[in-house]
Amino acid sequence: MFERLSEGFQAAFRRLKGQDRITENNVRESMADVRSALLEADVHYAVANDFCEQVVKDALGREVIKNVDPGQQMVQIVHESLVRLIGGEQAATPGVPRVSPGPTVIMMCGLQGSGKTTTCGKLAAYLKKRGRSVMLAAADLQRPAAVEQLRTVAEQVEKDMPGGSQVHFHSEPDKVAAYGQAVGAAIQVCQSAYRKAQQLGVDTLILDTAGRLHINDELMKELAGVKSAVPPHQTLLVVDAMTGQDAVNSAKSFHERLHVDGAILTKFDSDTRGGAALTVRRVTGAPILFIGVGEKLEALEEFHADRIAGRILGMGDVVSLVEKAQQEVSEADAAKMAEKMAKGQLTFDDFLEQMRSLRRMGPMKQILGMLPGVGSMLKDVTIDEKELDRIEGMVHSMTKEEREKPSIFNHSRRKRVAKGSGTKVEEVSKMVTRFETVSKLMKSMSGMGLRGRMSAMRDLQAGGSEMAGMPALPGFGMKKSTAMASPKSRFKKRK
Amino acid sequence: MGLFKSILSKVKQGLQRTRETVFGGLRSLLLGRRLDDALIEELEARLVQADVGVKTALRLIDGVKRAYQSGAMSTGDDVLEYLKRELKALWPAEDRSLHFAQASGDGKKSPTVILVAGVNGAGKTTSIAKIAHSLRAEGRTVLLAACDTFRAGAVRQLEIWSERLGIEVIKGQQGGDPAAVAFDACDAALARGVDVLIVDTAGRLHTQDHLMRQLTKIRDITARRIPGAPHEVLLVLDATTGQNAVRQAEEFARAIKVTGIFLSKLDGTAKGGVVIAIHEATKIPVKFIGVGETPEDVEPFDPENFIEALFTDR
Ligand SMILES: Nc1nc2c(ncn2[C@@H]2O[C@H](COP(=O)(O)OP(=O)(O)OP(=O)(O)O)[C@@H](O)[C@H]2O)c(=O)[nH]1
Ligand SMILES: Nc1nc2c(ncn2[C@@H]2O[C@H](COP(=O)(O)OP(=O)(O)OP(=O)(O)O)[C@@H](O)[C@H]2O)c(=O)[nH]1
Ligand SMILES: [Mg+2]
Ligand SMILES: [Mg+2]
Repeated sequence: MFERLSEGFQAAFRRLKGQDRITENNVRESMADVRSALLEADVHYAVANDFCEQVVKDALGREVIKNVDPGQQMVQIVHESLVRLIGGEQAATPGVPRVSPGPTVIMMCGLQGSGKTTTCGKLAAYLKKRGRSVMLAAADLQRPAAVEQLRTVAEQVEKDMPGGSQVHFHSEPDKVAAYGQAVGAAIQVCQSAYRKAQQLGVDTLILDTAGRLHINDELMKELAGVKSAVPPHQTLLVVDAMTGQDAVNSAKSFHERLHVDGAILTKFDSDTRGGAALTVRRVTGAPILFIGVGEKLEALEEFHADRIAGRILGMGDVVSLVEKAQQEVSEADAAKMAEKMAKGQLTFDDFLEQMRSLRRMGPMKQILGMLPGVGSMLKDVTIDEKELDRIEGMVHSMTKEEREKPSIFNHSRRKRVAKGSGTKVEEVSKMVTRFETVSKLMKSMSGMGLRGRMSAMRDLQAGGSEMAGMPALPGFGMKKSTAMASPKSRFKKRK
Repeated sequence: MGLFKSILSKVKQGLQRTRETVFGGLRSLLLGRRLDDALIEELEARLVQADVGVKTALRLIDGVKRAYQSGAMSTGDDVLEYLKRELKALWPAEDRSLHFAQASGDGKKSPTVILVAGVNGAGKTTSIAKIAHSLRAEGRTVLLAACDTFRAGAVRQLEIWSERLGIEVIKGQQGGDPAAVAFDACDAALARGVDVLIVDTAGRLHTQDHLMRQLTKIRDITARRIPGAPHEVLLVLDATTGQNAVRQAEEFARAIKVTGIFLSKLDGTAKGGVVIAIHEATKIPVKFIGVGETPEDVEPFDPENFIEALFTDR
């Protein structure tokens, strides 16, 4: 997508060569691509149109920076504008405010299944880690087992999550009733939770409310009732990051009825482009405070506008990739690995370990897709997860010595490994050769900076070496027809 | 086919509601108007806002544009007819009924297994309560399997539905192996001779490889225990989901061979237009829609109503 965007800009700006200002014509033409990129990322139709208008205005009359590709410059402008829009004037200290005297009250609200209850737990863990005591109050009286769900979550935070402060739980199970039968009772639950939190000197009270449709007047009134009876210091809207165009309607209604102070976007661990973030921000004007990145209680991150902007534009989310990698590989391990690579001492055990941790992060294609620029190349790359399985099998059939010294592989060893892993001797040979090539390549590259590495890859690629770069790694291949870079090589553009 | 006959009145109410909104929507947009560029643009906006996706919207609009330019189409009425024809053809009636186990040669019939999956919070457990309720109303016996051993309160949630509906549920240990629960449930279904076994699974993102493999394993277990199982594999899709739903459908289809979509939460303002893009990518038909949170809130998918509702201005 990002590649397509910059290609579009490239074409539109070819004529710009020799001019020194960006003109309306250059820009308008190329904004069509930006607009469809935004729409494909689920940004709302009207929001996307507004945004494009704004960018055109911003870009007009800007000087074309010498020595910078004007297409790149436009991408930069689009990205900047997007960051500004999504981030806005973010609160200087993100997180959860604290009032004194306490308790600070936070009310969660949102559509059904958006992740409110889970996020209550994540926030409680976040606060506990910062030494703040928490009470979770179960104000969802209608969804079956909603109270039990929150109770379990509260217990998990209390028992398993780091931090010294206490986690309390308040519920009134006798008020639970079938759908539509308990409307209004939530207000009393929240009031008594508040009194209890006050008595206990709890720092922060979090109210978990039932999921509801923004068009359900009766239930929206209930929330408004909680809001005036307690009242919360922060009303947080919980939105599923995979939401489409409808985000505009729900965000608008919740904001109109309740005045939302902040939003949390959940399920960002999916491969959604997350355009709803822009919509929600635009409609409510409220900052996005956190994103949810998993079902576990620690899977809550502070929001970074630049990352999400890149993701919406399909630019790849490198920072997240690095973070994900960090979760999987400890720093010490990584350093050890780098040293081995530098010395060309990579063993099959290392290889297996690397492959395993990569695969734990998700499907290969998704991981690689996060690398900037790789996105569009990926459509030509075939990643054969089955072959990866076979490779794992081969490595498993090797002796300890073989794993550590790939150079000792002779025919009989290859035959044995083939037999043990149910593969062909040729496959084993090919794999071992490829492994050695990659290992050498890494050794030669480890002295270079990123730029050097990129150009080394590029040179190898241009030289037509089949072993070069990523496509040569065992398990990765290029579709034949596109393996040879065309004259307008994709690499060139990324200089 | 008599499926869901018992809730016909509910369906009628739904239709009524759809009709009312339609007059404020597609019809008033198109009927009695001359076709021009502005109208075509408005159509595109409505399609995109219904989550149909840019590509699919453009494809549909292209047909209109071509016909307009060649003079074959000149009024809004023509467009309405055209779009209905195009879209209705995607979901022929025979694709929309539930698959049941067939009786074998000796007249014996093993239980029908319905496997239900989807991303987190899509509405799986609630949709299962709806399906179970409808099947029961048709006189079939039903057993539930609580294979979500992961999420807090998940087993209890299904259990409460089973108590309210008077249906038995097979469960395992919290945190235990969901495949083992599926195994036990299959045996229980055979032993009790129930008509239908519905398997609830934990919400999972289609990008989580290991969890998708776990789902494949659950599918395989049912296949091994009961001939022809799973007879129906329903992907529950939240109608508010945007373009990511296409990826969801593709990945779940790969892992468990999805046979139908249960489109939940259509009682909100979301249109669920992404199922059109999903059909283009995977051919998976939509079978049911969810229109609320109680067991009665289910309707068989009706392409005509769905299409008209796509353009409403709610
Ligand atoms: N992958 C992922 N799953 C999440 C995230 N946040 C919540 N979930 C899951 O989404 C599902 C719904 O979450 P809940 O917390 O029950 O949602 P809710 O908004 O309280 O639902 P209702 O109370 O029914 O409206 C559960 O399966 C959660 O585990 C997230 O950030 N990532
Ligand atoms: N308005 C509306 N709400 C629905 C519908 N279907 C389900 N819900 C609600 O959506 C929320 C999530 O539903 P669940 O059935 O728990 O979803 P799930 O997919 O089983 O969730 P996990 O198991 O956590 O992944 C609940 O609050 C349901 O009441 C529907 O058709 N309309
Ligand atoms: Mg909840
Ligand atoms: Mg469930």
